[in-house]
Amino acid sequence: MNPNLNRLRRSMMFLNAQKPSLIKDPYIYKPDSIMLDLEDAVAENQKDAARYSLYHALKEIDYRGVERVVRINGLETAHWKEDVRVCVAGRCDAIRISKTESAADVLAVQAEMEKAEEEFGVEKGSILLMAALESTKGILNAYEICTASPLLFGCALSGGDYTKDLQTKITGTGVELAGARQTMIIAARAAGKQCFDTVFTNLDDMEGFRKEVEMIKMMGYDGKSIVNPRQIAITHEIFTPSEKEIIFAEKVVKEVDDKKAKGIGVFTVDGKMIDIAFYPGAKRTIEMAKAAGVYEGDL
Amino acid sequence: MEVKGTAMAGTLESSDAQVTVEPGTGIELSIESSVINQYGKAIRKTVLETLERLDAKNVKATIVDKGALDCTLKARVECAVYRASGYSEDVICAGEKLPWGGVIQ
Repeated sequence: MNPNLNRLRRSMMFLNAQKPSLIKDPYIYKPDSIMLDLEDAVAENQKDAARYSLYHALKEIDYRGVERVVRINGLETAHWKEDVRVCVAGRCDAIRISKTESAADVLAVQAEMEKAEEEFGVEKGSILLMAALESTKGILNAYEICTASPLLFGCALSGGDYTKDLQTKITGTGVELAGARQTMIIAARAAGKQCFDTVFTNLDDMEGFRKEVEMIKMMGYDGKSIVNPRQIAITHEIFTPSEKEIIFAEKVVKEVDDKKAKGIGVFTVDGKMIDIAFYPGAKRTIEMAKAAGVYEGDL
Repeated sequence: MEVKGTAMAGTLESSDAQVTVEPGTGIELSIESSVINQYGKAIRKTVLETLERLDAKNVKATIVDKGALDCTLKARVECAVYRASGYSEDVICAGEKLPWGGVIQ
């Protein structure tokens, strides 16, 4: 299994692959992932230029551990196959499939990726996939998309295109996205995959941004798509376990291990009734704290 | 590669370079950069090496550098030469595969 399948992905920052000023040093902002975009951010007459730029960035820039995801053009375009070739030749970490509507879309990209891996001598399975759901059909097929491939680490909502398909618009209230968000997280969790929220484009409304990130965290999401470095710190703060949460999780894990050995099923930790059902969540909190570099305990 | 026409790649934005190529006799280079005194030789070397790798022997190249990294310079020269040699996006989309990791490196 690819060791990066379930890595920490609190923030995924979009960058136009055609813009050298954006892709030369985004690691200084410390996002968990960057999304090098060959799709919407790149003008139609610059699709070729973006690939040369992407290839050399992937090969020559040290992104210092930040995951390098590339968003390829949609399968309805003529661009995507060469996009996949350059992604594999440049050895990106993952490919984001635009406008995914079915398991067949995922498998089509995977097949093209495997051909390219063969061509460029890249180890099979070393590059992951993720699916962007951007239409009502994509949302309704979220589970079949999430279960289409073991290389697919998760799915992301693309709110702009989705709301157009829904014949509404982004209102800032979240009402128009509620159904899609709920459907996606349920499908992703049922498939054992990660789930990421859409971008928040109003950079003048940082309080609104914070509320939206808090909401998707409550819903169970793993991270947020980011359009500006200013959004990273807030996202990481919300998606990183607090000291209080870590201490409680640590107690739960240790107490469950201890009580299990003694044959005790239900007990209390800090006045709360705890049983084995709390164990996976507590373990997840510890793992997330470790991945975020904030755990100093001994578990 | 044979540079058959005039083509341009890149922009005049910060950290970028605008590269224009056209048919020439031998290799003719014109470089303009705000950091020409510090990096002029390095820019020239990168452009010449890239043209050599692409086997572009008769080309007039004009580079307006805006503080581009080495990887950006290479990308812009390659893009301009491929465009000038007939490898438009339409041709690539029709199935003409580019040699990533071959002469493009």
